[in-house]
Amino acid sequence: MAVITVERKPLTFLERTYLPQIAGGLKTTFKHLIAPKKTLEYPEQRPAIPVGYRGVPTLVKDPNGREKCVSCQLCEFVCPPKAIRITPGEIPADQAERAHVEKGPQAFDIDMLRCIYCGLCQEVCPEEAIFLQNQFSMSGYTRAEMVNHKDRLYELGGTLPDAHHKWDKKKAAEEHGNAH
Amino acid sequence: MIAPAQPDLVTVNIDGQEIAVPKGTNVIEAARMVNVDVPHYCYHPKLSVVGNCRMCLIEMGMPAVDPATKAPIMDPATGKQKINWIPRPQIGCGTNVSPGLHVKTTSPMVKDAREGVMEFLLINHPLDCPICDQAGECKLQEQATGYGRGYSRFVEQKNVKPKRTQLGPRVTLDDERCILCSRCIRFSKEIAKDDVLGFVDRGSYSTLTCYPGKKLENNYSLNTVDICPVGALTSTDFRFKMRVWFLKQTNAIDTESSVGANTVVWSREGTIYRITPRRNDEVNDTWLADSARVLYKSVKAADRLAATETVEALVARAAALFKSAPGAIAVVGSGRSTVEEQFLTRHLATALKASAQLVSRVGQGDKLLVSADRNPNVRGALVTGLIKTLPAPQLTDLAAQIDAGKIKVVVAINEDLTAAGLTAAQLANVSIVYLGAHANATSAAAKVVFSTLTVFEKSGTFVNQQFRIQKTLKAVPAAAGATDDLVVLAQLVAAAGGATLPADLALLWKVIAAEVPALATMTFANLPETGLVLDATPFAALPFVEGETLHYKPAQPAVAAATA
Repeated sequence: MAVITVERKPLTFLERTYLPQIAGGLKTTFKHLIAPKKTLEYPEQRPAIPVGYRGVPTLVKDPNGREKCVSCQLCEFVCPPKAIRITPGEIPADQAERAHVEKGPQAFDIDMLRCIYCGLCQEVCPEEAIFLQNQFSMSGYTRAEMVNHKDRLYELGGTLPDAHHKWDKKKAAEEHGNAH
Repeated sequence: MIAPAQPDLVTVNIDGQEIAVPKGTNVIEAARMVNVDVPHYCYHPKLSVVGNCRMCLIEMGMPAVDPATKAPIMDPATGKQKINWIPRPQIGCGTNVSPGLHVKTTSPMVKDAREGVMEFLLINHPLDCPICDQAGECKLQEQATGYGRGYSRFVEQKNVKPKRTQLGPRVTLDDERCILCSRCIRFSKEIAKDDVLGFVDRGSYSTLTCYPGKKLENNYSLNTVDICPVGALTSTDFRFKMRVWFLKQTNAIDTESSVGANTVVWSREGTIYRITPRRNDEVNDTWLADSARVLYKSVKAADRLAATETVEALVARAAALFKSAPGAIAVVGSGRSTVEEQFLTRHLATALKASAQLVSRVGQGDKLLVSADRNPNVRGALVTGLIKTLPAPQLTDLAAQIDAGKIKVVVAINEDLTAAGLTAAQLANVSIVYLGAHANATSAAAKVVFSTLTVFEKSGTFVNQQFRIQKTLKAVPAAAGATDDLVVLAQLVAAAGGATLPADLALLWKVIAAEVPALATMTFANLPETGLVLDATPFAALPFVEGETLHYKPAQPAVAAATA
């Protein structure tokens, strides 16, 4: 194996004083002292969430305050880590506001310890009822606390605007439309 | 029995494939034999043909012959006989094969016809798929995907019809979804012989309804839900319970009577959601009684027996009872147990030198799929040698022996002895070892209670009224604390001083095959899905109680001989 001898140059006078290096370092320090801040005082300050961010999956209501989910269980089917668990139920005929929808979830649980935030549930939902919104931090002391139940999912989801009003149209058709 | 005559075969050509099919076969069935799918809604192999959905349109033609000389006209281009294609499409269900028939199922005309029919059917069909129970097994979904246009040109408002009509206690009708195929009407009229359904009004106002003052409440009403190609007829019990794609299908046997109808049990994560028929043309065709579809509720019933001790401790206590009364033990087996359990019960009776009896359960047969004998497996007990004669409804002999003090210990397997005519005082006079899944007066009076399985939690075989041995498979895991009947029985046999028998089905069947001549060539694994008919001649003299049902005629001369 060949041995290569590396020539070590002696330090110049200025280098031996260390002063240029100290000045360079101080320049960086003073620049950041007066430059705008890059960090946030989390959790008091929160970052701006970009559009299309996939946070915690939530259930939303339509502008009339009616739950949009009809418990078709497609999200439960598509969910890769099997985080979603739905118990479907029938909406009784005596509830005038929602009886025409016929079906809604009795229970809707999302296990956030299983959820991988892939967004397939939002993509597959035929009723546009489940959305991955801006919420990004979930914590809890027990496993049970990390399961979002139906109430919590609606609390997180809130109300979103609706482009279709599918069930309102259905009800309007039933009342005045093409009745047979 | 006279053997059916060899059917005349007719050669037809379907999409270029030649096949010989029996005379009288229609084009849909002939195409099915060459794996060509002809989509259809109203046609059902077990019902009459009406041809009103028009989905099965095909193009057909016959070989050309000279009208005068009847000589075949040859096509010079191919050198074969020329085919005269009919210029309009024909329905496949109503077209029976004829010699030389040529059929095209993929031609542009057929494709256009199917797209047109699909478009008309979808015009007024609601967009209910997310909330429709039929989604996933819906012919309209499948055929819209397979043969539809793929987009809608309909901009007008869809029809509005009632969504929750109760046609009967078990069937709910969603009128908007109905495509007016009339399968349910034909089923009620032709199979259930309860002609209550019909269409009223015309055109887009047409509605399925019950005859005024009548209800769809016969014991076969849920078959209309099975054959409904869309989600119009739904089972009130299964409605909105679970989507079908989550459910695991397990082949099983209906245990409500000795017909032994073939079923599919649909379960998810240890919970059974519904039971539907499985086609067996020798037993139940494609039908099943409503009463057989609620049997799954016994699995999660409130009166399931809870395990109090380990099986070993219970067996030790039973063994002590057996030792305390040698020669004064009776075994009451069950016509509801599987063949394997009855085989072990026979060993238990032999080891205990005890008499073995069954309790008969006789009801009214309905001439279709519920026979008079409500025990599914009396013939299994005959085949395995557990009993020699038919069981009686009351255990009068046993009652007399208990009163005389000759019987001190009774082993009751799945049978409530009070229902079989024993009084509470008689039960108090004996020590009872009870095996069963549910609590009853006998389990309450028993000294030793084994909590065992329902039929949905175990695999086994049943011998039906035709002496057809059929297997049922485990659909859901055993309830917490319950033990397999075979394990308990095998341990009891060992505790009674009998042979060491395996509780595992595959191993047990080796023993059964060796000991029971009628089952000598069988294993559990190689038993076919449609069952295997055993030799009934050794039992021909017994006066079986069954009357005539679908695909079963009682052997009248034998009964006459037995009574004479």
